Amino acid sequence: MMTWANMQADVAAPTTHEAEIEIKLDARHVNFFYGDFQALQDASLAVQARKITALIGPSGCGKTTFLRIFNRMHDLTPGTRATGEVLLDGHNVLSPDIDVINLRRQVGMLFQRANPFPKSIYDNVAYGPHILGWSKQQISEIVEESLKDTGLWEEVKDRLQRSALNLSGGQQQRLCLARALAVKPEVILMDEPASALDPIATLRIEELMQELKKRYTIVIVTHNMQQSARVSDFTAFMLMNERRAGEVIEFGPTDDIFNRPKDSRTEDYITGRFG
Amino acid sequence: MSRLLTRVLLDRFVSALIVLSVMLAAIPVLVLLLFVLIKGLPGMLAPGFFTSPPHPVGVPGGGVFNAIIGTLEIVGIGSLLAVPFGTLVGIFLSEYGRNRIGDTVRFVSDVLTGLPSIAFGIFGYTVLVATLHHFSAVSASVALAVLMLPVVLRATETALVLVPQSMREAGLALGAPRWRVTIEVIVPAALGGIVTGALLAMARAAGETAPLLFTALGNDFTQVDPLQPMGALALTVFKNALLPYSDLQDQAWAAALLLVLMVAVTNILARVYVRRIQR
Repeated sequence: MMTWANMQADVAAPTTHEAEIEIKLDARHVNFFYGDFQALQDASLAVQARKITALIGPSGCGKTTFLRIFNRMHDLTPGTRATGEVLLDGHNVLSPDIDVINLRRQVGMLFQRANPFPKSIYDNVAYGPHILGWSKQQISEIVEESLKDTGLWEEVKDRLQRSALNLSGGQQQRLCLARALAVKPEVILMDEPASALDPIATLRIEELMQELKKRYTIVIVTHNMQQSARVSDFTAFMLMNERRAGEVIEFGPTDDIFNRPKDSRTEDYITGRFG
Repeated sequence: MSRLLTRVLLDRFVSALIVLSVMLAAIPVLVLLLFVLIKGLPGMLAPGFFTSPPHPVGVPGGGVFNAIIGTLEIVGIGSLLAVPFGTLVGIFLSEYGRNRIGDTVRFVSDVLTGLPSIAFGIFGYTVLVATLHHFSAVSASVALAVLMLPVVLRATETALVLVPQSMREAGLALGAPRWRVTIEVIVPAALGGIVTGALLAMARAAGETAPLLFTALGNDFTQVDPLQPMGALALTVFKNALLPYSDLQDQAWAAALLLVLMVAVTNILARVYVRRIQR
């Protein structure tokens, strides 16, 4: 069954001006600095709930930097600074008094390379709920549910206690997705989640994304334009400006970006003239 | 001569060079081990070697029971002091030590590594023996603990730094506090290296003689009270090797062989253990 918001947005997908759309994550005029170097300039992005929003652009244009601001992963790099606002349900996640731990529970992340813990399959998925102090019973239920949601359950149910490192690359990435889902996030950030996977494993991830967007808001960074065109509802095209700071050049429904780009730079990139 | 042939010959030559280098490096070690084995085996097979304390000079028989107990106890207490503390400092260096404090600790630890081992003996003497007016096993343990500390903490730091940054990010992205990621994800991932480092430190401590001279002093009677002077295998080797009695010299060789075996067995056990937990 489609939710009302879903239906609304599907019908009216090309028009972002619709009044009823639900903005889950709203980045406004974000600037980002590594020391003195400005890596993002005045980047804005309104991410709709239960939609897939893709960030595309050539290497070094700040896509990943932008993404990592949404759950404050940039805090881990000393000497970085973000200005502007990133509103998650209206609360600014860049504000110093936000609970980063709680934020990261709400905004999960899938990384470029599958990074399972060197623990058992079960313990990988159970780690987040374990941190939250859930009961054994609850944890075992959520592990099964998360593994089913990522299509891994049938493949691993007989070897849950075996090391996660024995899984294939694609399975490892789906395990990481299950691990992220286990803490019941609202938003999932994906940083080129399929760039290290073969085409079949990539397809699995893309199919999963279509399933997951019924319940989760997804933001994906990809430098694969076909992937963005295949999976996303909205696309933001980013580019470095003359001072090497990343900017959002154009943002809109994926269909518009790929078929009717307004900016000539977007068109050049889409049609393969550079990047 | 064709180009291909030149390459093949060059390849053979370099390969041979490598094999030669390996042999040059391995032969002295193998010869040394073989030498200790041949010289030590007769003494080790003598009755009472493992089970009885030394007899007075001139009285045949006797063993190194006191020294075995002493080495185990002195190194054991030293490890209890150095390994937990060193591991914690290593964790600090790797996870929170990218700053002035961390650099200072690293510098001090490097200086400690380079210190001659007799200096640790003098340290133990000054701090514990001189203040308690008594030679004791525990003063030797303290001296060895200080000697082990830099080995343990640098091994821990190295092992932790090797854990990919993506592992830390994965934990933190789930909303885990940093200290929990460190304890529950990063340290277990590096456990193999940490355990190996601790055992290397213990092995080194077990073989040290100089720090024991002014501290444990040596004792021909079997002693288990850590506040009393105590024998140790390294001390047995040192003392008996200087005596003009061939049976006691044999005992020194045997004690040296026993030390080598203890260190080797510990290392093998550690490797088996690490391999098992990492499966």
